[in-house]
Amino acid sequence: MMNLPLKGLVVLEFSQYLSGPSAGLRLADLGARVIKIERPVKGEAGRKLSIKNIWVDDNSLLFHTINRNKESFTADLKNEADAAMVKKLLTKADVLIHNFRPGVFEKTGFGYEAVKQINPRIIYAAISGYGKEGPWKDKPGQDLLLQSITGLAFTTGNGTNGPVPFGVSIADILCGAQLVQGILAALIRRQKKGIGALIEISLLESILDFQFELLTTYYAGGQQPQRSKVNNGHPLLSAPYGIYKTADGYIALAMMDIQILAKAIQCNGLQAFTQDQAFAQRDIIKKILADHISTQRTTYWLTALQQQDLWAMEVLDWEKMLQQEAYKVLEMEQVVQAGDKKFFTTRCPIRINGKRLYAGKQAPQLGEHNEKIKKDFLIAE
Amino acid sequence: MNLLDDIIVIDFSQFLSGPSAALRLADMGAQVIKIERPGTGDICRELYVSDVLIEGESTIFHAINRNKQSYAADLKDPEDLEKIKQLLAKADVMMHNFRPGVMERIGLDHETVKKINPSIIYATVSGYGSEGPWKDLPGQDLLLQAASGLTWLNNNNDESPTPMGVAVVDIMAGTHLAQGILASLYKRAITGEGALVQVNMFESILDFQFEVLTSYYNDGRQLPVRSAINSAHAYIAAPYGIYKTKDDHIALAMGDIIQLATLLQCEALKQFSDSNDWFSKRDEIKKILADHLLTNKAAFWLNILEKADVWCAPVINYDELVKQEGYKVLNMEITVKTNNGLEVRTTRCPIRVDGKLLVSEKGAPQLGEHNDMIEKQFHLEKIFQDK
Repeated sequence: MMNLPLKGLVVLEFSQYLSGPSAGLRLADLGARVIKIERPVKGEAGRKLSIKNIWVDDNSLLFHTINRNKESFTADLKNEADAAMVKKLLTKADVLIHNFRPGVFEKTGFGYEAVKQINPRIIYAAISGYGKEGPWKDKPGQDLLLQSITGLAFTTGNGTNGPVPFGVSIADILCGAQLVQGILAALIRRQKKGIGALIEISLLESILDFQFELLTTYYAGGQQPQRSKVNNGHPLLSAPYGIYKTADGYIALAMMDIQILAKAIQCNGLQAFTQDQAFAQRDIIKKILADHISTQRTTYWLTALQQQDLWAMEVLDWEKMLQQEAYKVLEMEQVVQAGDKKFFTTRCPIRINGKRLYAGKQAPQLGEHNEKIKKDFLIAE
Repeated sequence: MNLLDDIIVIDFSQFLSGPSAALRLADMGAQVIKIERPGTGDICRELYVSDVLIEGESTIFHAINRNKQSYAADLKDPEDLEKIKQLLAKADVMMHNFRPGVMERIGLDHETVKKINPSIIYATVSGYGSEGPWKDLPGQDLLLQAASGLTWLNNNNDESPTPMGVAVVDIMAGTHLAQGILASLYKRAITGEGALVQVNMFESILDFQFEVLTSYYNDGRQLPVRSAINSAHAYIAAPYGIYKTKDDHIALAMGDIIQLATLLQCEALKQFSDSNDWFSKRDEIKKILADHLLTNKAAFWLNILEKADVWCAPVINYDELVKQEGYKVLNMEITVKTNNGLEVRTTRCPIRVDGKLLVSEKGAPQLGEHNDMIEKQFHLEKIFQDK
């Protein structure tokens, strides 16, 4: 077992669902000891949130996916004795993560100022939906809603479609990942200067940051990004950028010169267009291209395009992807043994010193580590 | 005091994945020096994005490279390469996104650089990693979306596989790279040890899909099925989706169908009293809901739903977004200035530290703008004259 970069750090996670817990997962995979602080009886709400109704035990597969490699400690923060215990735990912690709505954690006595009194060196990291001010601050921080109010749904799908959202929880995942960045940078400063930090981020700021290229272009030109009507891949990009149907599947074409493309695939209709027209005339160009590409199979086109070093790729579903040698060599899957069941999930995508980071320790049962944590942190003095 | 004060990052990367990681490090206080080819520089300077150019350069380049410095050097020129090695001796982080083998040929591979500076964090981002049949394929966002199954998660089931219209693979890979760099810098602050951090776009976009991929690995490998109408997530029950009303669109997240039936006075929905049906019969439910929502305006529906704390939102575009008070209070927009007086409006770092926004007025550098400054700061010239 290698010496992981965050070995020795203690993280207390007061978070539910995805944004905060995905940050905790990454810190755990990088070596931190991550302890979920959960309310007694029910625990984190994510335990009961499933997709496709798949359960590992009393907890959903989804919960197991997001919370492997962590410990669980139950405490009722409204109960004085429990709160005192958690405060004592905080004196030994390096990082606190929470994703309560603004004001909620403060009311229970765990706002930044209060926690800083307990432990001035702590990195206090908070995720909100929309920030702490303004008319949206109490709105539910839910992924699809964030996509909807930030213009993101107008980047995907064709111009002829209605707004099309991303089918993955982009705001939650990116926000959790960016919180990790802030926490780690604050830990670096703490190591040098001995001071803690308050790190705050909102789903809203993350999903705006995500669109920084589009927004900067919008601020400069004042024009809404327009999705192409045909095979849209990215609203700012010229033809051929998009996904095309072939005789037996689909192929993705990224940025490339129209004339070189016309020659590589022997598409006479394209030869009338120059590279200068590739943005303004993209719908017409893409239509011609789409008709031409539909006449042959995917491998035929891939061979023709890749021979010319043009940027093209077959569109795969997971079934085909899993058969690829290129997928297998990643060794991206890991086994988690959960009680008498085992399941497969993905590992951390960061490799350190040439090593993949595997951590198949199962997600904790509610309060599973109460005694151990008491022994490690609370009794010894 | 910035979080990453005194951290020096030497960035050889181009386009978006690597540079977006370096941008975040710069936002948090690191000195980021882009090493660029004389003459052309980062290919992204000329990346033809829509028809919007700022001073002949793409808006995208300015967005990605604000708050950085540029040092022009020809890595094939022995003198320039020697200077770069001197620079690396004093750096904390080096990053690049060349394809596997390129840095070995130049002589700046990890083994070599580690000899120059044993405590450096050497970070790389590639398309598909350094092994396997795809290792030399271009690490381009759309192509990775295509290869990773991601396009089968968006849009309605009768539509073609639909890519996400933002460079999500680049951005996730850049985010992961920054995480690996920062974790390694933390460890170095304790142990003094350097590290090799490797990220590839393929793994990053698989990680992005970790919830749904884990489901696929364990559900007997059933491929995701997007809902036939108003699809927003292949694995989530009705009403989850975006719906057209008499005027605009609204979004409905997870919700109770029976509660919706009552609130919206939609009798036809009341038959779906078994919540297990909300997934298995989601197309049927959504069709009824979609037809019903067409009968009145967005504001009418939202007013009813918000009062009942149902998870809903208007679906708006940028023109509407920037007018919202909820957007304005973020102060998300900043103006940066380039060396030649150009002002560019862009977004700031999304992370707040100690209650403060992280903002800098420094715009993207001109190619080679900081050569003199950097040579003085790191005494590169002097070392050369001594030889």
